[in-house]
Amino acid sequence: MRAANTATPFTQTEGFKGLRLISPTLLYCLILMAVPLATVVVYSFMTDGDLGVTGPLNADNYIKVWTGKVYQTIMLRSLLVSIMVTIATVLLAYPVAYYVSFHVPAHRKALWLFLITIPFWTSYVVRVFLWKVILGYNGVINSGLLSLGIIDEPLQAINYNIGALVMTLAHAYAPFAILPIFVVLEKIDRSLLEAGQDLGESRIVTFLRVTLPLSVPGIIAAVLIVFIPTIGDYVTPDLIGGGKLPMIANMIEVQMLKQNNKALGSAIAVSAMLIVTIVSVLFVMLNRRNIKGGAK
Amino acid sequence: MKPSGLRVYAVAYLIFLYAPIILLPLFAFNDNKIIAFPLSGFTTDWFAEMWGDDALWRAFQNSMIISTSVATLSTLLGLFAARASTRFDFPGKAPIIGLVMLPLVLPEMIIAMSLIVVLLAIGVELSIFTIIMGHVLICTPFAVAILTSAFQSLDRSLEEAAYDLGEGTFSTFMRIIFPLVLPGIISAFLITFIISLDEFIIAYFLGGSDVVLSAYIFGQFRFPAKVPAMLALGTCLVLISITLLTIAEYFRRRGVARMGGKDAGGFL
Repeated sequence: MRAANTATPFTQTEGFKGLRLISPTLLYCLILMAVPLATVVVYSFMTDGDLGVTGPLNADNYIKVWTGKVYQTIMLRSLLVSIMVTIATVLLAYPVAYYVSFHVPAHRKALWLFLITIPFWTSYVVRVFLWKVILGYNGVINSGLLSLGIIDEPLQAINYNIGALVMTLAHAYAPFAILPIFVVLEKIDRSLLEAGQDLGESRIVTFLRVTLPLSVPGIIAAVLIVFIPTIGDYVTPDLIGGGKLPMIANMIEVQMLKQNNKALGSAIAVSAMLIVTIVSVLFVMLNRRNIKGGAK
Repeated sequence: MKPSGLRVYAVAYLIFLYAPIILLPLFAFNDNKIIAFPLSGFTTDWFAEMWGDDALWRAFQNSMIISTSVATLSTLLGLFAARASTRFDFPGKAPIIGLVMLPLVLPEMIIAMSLIVVLLAIGVELSIFTIIMGHVLICTPFAVAILTSAFQSLDRSLEEAAYDLGEGTFSTFMRIIFPLVLPGIISAFLITFIISLDEFIIAYFLGGSDVVLSAYIFGQFRFPAKVPAMLALGTCLVLISITLLTIAEYFRRRGVARMGGKDAGGFL
């Protein structure tokens, strides 16, 4: 196991061995992910007709997607819902991550993290359906409050609207937000906090000036890991929105499978990925200064 | 110095997280077709109805075949990637690992649709096998993450000692490295099994006429009369998931303890 040098044959170098070892995994991802994604990109510039998807390359699909009223509404709704879900999830999760990192004794931390992640590993479809049952017009909350005599008629404000959508998704992605923030908080040198307080800062000021800035990388990771998959969610708009509040994923399904217009469906899919990428890059760039000034 | 406010909030948050899971068995045993309070009485009828449902058993069989294959394949692919990234430096390492981990953040709908487009174009019939293809893609990153941390806490000197004592590369792996990372392998297998079992979007779109449990449940939710039996099934699924998770967590911790590491907790 000597370091690679000029005398070592190529097949004995670290680089070759590493590549050889990872090649099955890499090939799998290339063939089943990279190639299909590239196909979708190419399709999005073609036309779907009676003969299947054919050339010549054109931007008609994109013009349709970006100027069509229906598409605009749905893309805006998806973006709005994802942003609201992300804000709600990260804001609600931060105190929990903070509590587990700073106030739970070391030997209990693993148990807390385990408890937080369990709901995430249970059937997503069942969980979403249960929220529908909980929030519905004759649902658990309404029937519960009615039978307790707290309300006289069912609340309509909690039924199948954007709020219900956001709540369900915020519930689904909770552990995704807690874990990255927790990891960053754990890395913070506790003596920095003591130093802050020794210098006469109150606990809140110490939090705002030391802990919060140092945890920015974790917040960014949490934001991205919630925002990106949320915009492509299919089950929640279908079950909770009752089909009345479709999001991008539902629109992709309609075009790809029901209308059998794979080219237009591909253009919607690529547009969705573009929106996600642009928003994510903008967000990371806005916070660049904070990351540099933050944890190592 | 007791942070009582924070603690109350953290516990309230846990209750919010568990609310649907707690309601699940409550209504699965409730003697009423309508899912609402007040509860009307105890019954096991829904479990009996679930047990007698032939279509459900076929879906269960499909799910088991898929989850077992997916867990095996993605743990294997995860082993290759995790071992390569922790043991060797190679050109393009960061982008390659990035590509392998990409499905973690890619919406499943995009993965499902891009696969469908290619499969239909080359004339592959949708079936259990195409579901497995898609699931391996989304499960591998989880296996890589779990196994990477297992390999990272591996003491390199043990391996070198084996080489010095004349063991070859393969026998060193089998006799030294494999037993040490075995807990990680078991927990990666169980976690990928659970993910595949619960996954819906890929299973729903890539299955063709083969139906799996999650897709079956989704379909049955359209019929109000079927809902209680589906809640019974959901209860069973949650129990299976939690049992497997607890076993996975046990092995993960044992792996950490065995290598003298500090427990950082969590799978992600």
